[in-house]
Amino acid sequence: MSTPIAGPKIIQAHWWYRLRQSLRAFAPHIILFGYMLIALFPIYMIIMNSFKERNAIFGAPFQLPNAETFSLVGYETVLQRADFATNFMNSIIVTAMSLVLTLLIGSMAAYALSEYRFLGNTLLALYLSIGIMIPIRLGTVGILNMMVTLSLVNTLTGLILVYIAQALPLTIFILTSFMRQVPTELKDAARIDGASEYRIFWLIVPLIRPALGAIGIFTMIPIWNDLWFPLILAPSEKTATVTLGVQQFLGQFVSDWNAVLSSLTLAMVPVLIFYFIFSRQMIRSITAGAIK
Amino acid sequence: MQQTKARKPFPTHVLVFLAPAVIIYSLFMVVPLLNSLRLSFYETGPQNQLTFVGLDNYINLFTNVNFAPRFWGALGNNIVFFLVHMLVQNPIALLLAALLATGGRGRGFYRSTLFMPTILSVVIIGFIWNLILSPLWGVAETMLSWVGLEQLFKPWLGLESTALVTVSLISVWQFVGIPMILFYAALIGIPEELTEAARVDGASGWSTFWRIKFPLILPTVGIVGILTYVGNFNAFDLIYTIKGANAGPEYSTDIMGTFFYRTYFGQQLQLGNPSMGATVAAMMFLIILVGVLIYLFTWQRRIQSYEL
Repeated sequence: MSTPIAGPKIIQAHWWYRLRQSLRAFAPHIILFGYMLIALFPIYMIIMNSFKERNAIFGAPFQLPNAETFSLVGYETVLQRADFATNFMNSIIVTAMSLVLTLLIGSMAAYALSEYRFLGNTLLALYLSIGIMIPIRLGTVGILNMMVTLSLVNTLTGLILVYIAQALPLTIFILTSFMRQVPTELKDAARIDGASEYRIFWLIVPLIRPALGAIGIFTMIPIWNDLWFPLILAPSEKTATVTLGVQQFLGQFVSDWNAVLSSLTLAMVPVLIFYFIFSRQMIRSITAGAIK
Repeated sequence: MQQTKARKPFPTHVLVFLAPAVIIYSLFMVVPLLNSLRLSFYETGPQNQLTFVGLDNYINLFTNVNFAPRFWGALGNNIVFFLVHMLVQNPIALLLAALLATGGRGRGFYRSTLFMPTILSVVIIGFIWNLILSPLWGVAETMLSWVGLEQLFKPWLGLESTALVTVSLISVWQFVGIPMILFYAALIGIPEELTEAARVDGASGWSTFWRIKFPLILPTVGIVGILTYVGNFNAFDLIYTIKGANAGPEYSTDIMGTFFYRTYFGQQLQLGNPSMGATVAAMMFLIILVGVLIYLFTWQRRIQSYEL
């Protein structure tokens, strides 16, 4: 009978195995945690120091603000600037309008490309996807000339149109593949019931909501963060977006560290809050999309 | 003409569905792009009148003392900028993705926090690092002194010899999240059975990764490569934020995007030149196109035959 001898051995192996496993599980933690510090530390330093008075920012940059060093003077300077609210409104209008119109126009085109077979279907799909690889910025000279002709320089409309054109190729490309997965029986049943093609389109749209959400987030972030087109197409005070406003403001106030740190914090916070709410869905949707 | 849905009148609804997308995309992307390319064959006169000059603008760009050194300088710097991303950003991204893909506690948390810098505006990132590395504030210097290396500190962003690499590394720091997530998605998409078999055969985690997982995610490696290339040769915001349009010191951080901006809009002493700006943009277009074509015809082909 070998059981009495083998018994303890198994337990021993088990113990070693567990130690080795836990070591092995620990090493990734150290690397990931280390890199996380590198990723977050600079952001933390800015936010934390924005709540301190000037002497403390320079004297003890690594110390948390305490009763003595706490100060909101930077925020007062920044918020006294009336433009900040305008910049925010501009960014919200531009981002929201571009987003809604991109999703609407993009899903209409994707529906047509996936649902109907017509002459030049593949060619049109190819034409619309060129923009995935070729950045729209390379056409800046032509875009600015056209905006001058249409007198859309320094208008939010001009920005919105460019952002829609920029986002459409990828939106259509991804939505087409999602639209194809919607069962044909569904659409045929609606057709038999006498629904118009427009009606059927509105029935299909809710079915691809996850894809719309993912594309929405990915369209939004680059538009909100963009510096290039606001700088070139709409640099006026009335039309400047947050990103451009912060860039210009920081340029003027380089020596006022309280104001610089506070405006950086104010510009980051909305995006960070948005990210904390949606990061799970966002990353899940990229990973789901990439597996397809 | 194919007719799959029989007994239908002329499909106006197809036109209605497609028209807005095709019109906006053509009008604000394709036409301006073609117009920019066309403008590179014309000269802009003092009253904005255009005269056809053939390839003169390109010859100018390659030989004129005002343009040629800046063009080659910007191209060279842009190549360095790209190489730093390929050699630092993408390997780090692969390592982080591989660790995230092993599963285990807190992975969701790490995934979200590691991606965070990527969602912030380049303008904000530029200023943050400008402050952190500033000798005036001394944060970087103090941190080096904790490990006794303060003598290594230099105003990296201000020195001609180090500014370009420093700016590139800031960009790497910000954008490492994108390749990380793409690699991660590819890695968790690998069927368990494939790696399970190797583990049963006693293969180590290291060799399982390089022999089985890495070859399977080669298509993603290609996508990451081409995305990095297109993004890098189109970059502008970070350098404009940190160093301004002049991309100092002494143009040492000048890349194609900042060179284009200066050529088109002009700078302190030099007037803007739309035709030459369009020529620079056309060169950027060519560079990106060459990269995309190489990717499509070599990498993707090889991958496809590999899968067969």
